[in-house]
Amino acid sequence: MSRGLRLGLFAVSAAGLTALLLWGVAGLPDFGHYRGPYGFVLNASAPGERHVTNVVAAVVFDYRGFDTLGEEFILFASVMGVALLLRDVRDDPGRRDDAMRSDAVRMVGLGFAAVLLVTGLYVVAHGYLTPGGGFQGGVVVASAFILVYLAGEYRAYRRLTPTAAVDVFEGSGAGGYAVIGVVSLLLGSAFLHNFGPLGTSGTLASGGSIAFLNVASALEVSAAFMLLFTEFLEELSALRPEARS
Amino acid sequence: MSYLPYALAVWIFVVGLYGVVTSRNLIHLAVCLSVMQSSTYVLLLSIGYLNGATAPIFADVPKGTRAVDPVVQALALTDVVVSVTVLALLLALAIQVQKRTETLDPDELRAMRG
Repeated sequence: MSRGLRLGLFAVSAAGLTALLLWGVAGLPDFGHYRGPYGFVLNASAPGERHVTNVVAAVVFDYRGFDTLGEEFILFASVMGVALLLRDVRDDPGRRDDAMRSDAVRMVGLGFAAVLLVTGLYVVAHGYLTPGGGFQGGVVVASAFILVYLAGEYRAYRRLTPTAAVDVFEGSGAGGYAVIGVVSLLLGSAFLHNFGPLGTSGTLASGGSIAFLNVASALEVSAAFMLLFTEFLEELSALRPEARS
Repeated sequence: MSYLPYALAVWIFVVGLYGVVTSRNLIHLAVCLSVMQSSTYVLLLSIGYLNGATAPIFADVPKGTRAVDPVVQALALTDVVVSVTVLALLLALAIQVQKRTETLDPDELRAMRG
């Protein structure tokens, strides 16, 4: 198909699609006039029912926890896909001379890596109290490690994130989530139903099994991102052999 | 004007689709697909928005404060994570295409080769 013909076809069908979508969204409630009911019900009942202050976390790890299980496995599967596609075709990248030569960037960068790691762990730990959670915090934790590569060198990053260990973390994050669901079953309730003492609202000891699922997803997300970084960085050295020393 | 955020979501989706259709580079195509996906965040979050309401986090506000819908926020949250990892998978595929065929132009990838 020629480019012109394809563009013409696209113009016609995109106009039709746009009209259809606009017609569809015109049937939605006015912006800013959300009618509910689920949001209102959850906002009214979740803080009292689950002793958490972040209702979004309660939805992710409790009311729609089964959804998040599927999402964790999408994450797991796509990271495994990346590893399968990139891992076996490489030869040994060898040593690379990519150390950051500016002492100022090194010092400030590595200093920020520590701050970023603590911030990430804070965002994870307080996930069900304040904005944050396992997903957001997991990404922040992983970015602390990538900062070691940016401000330091690749070898230091690899030493901090050995693939064998990160693989195990990723698997146990995804598997742990499912295991917590099975624990609910063994305790006689539905799969992924909240269990454990609900604790005091507003403290770290609250939310029952939401806290465990939060940690499992943080483990999964941070390990998944570290694996992605590793795979693409290894690829960089395989594609650019002159970068080796 | 109260339908403007929804129209914005439609616009982002169609613009991303235009990029996918006309793309001459697989990396550009993957980024356009991310643009398309980001229209779902705009749509989800604007559906759940309530005038004058706060975020659905009751850490330091009294109980019973009007808050926006937490369900769509949770959906957008998982959407973002999935979008990023799928983008990574697509970029890995683009690397493999470049290695096997020495081109990133989807138009030049005509026939399947064994």
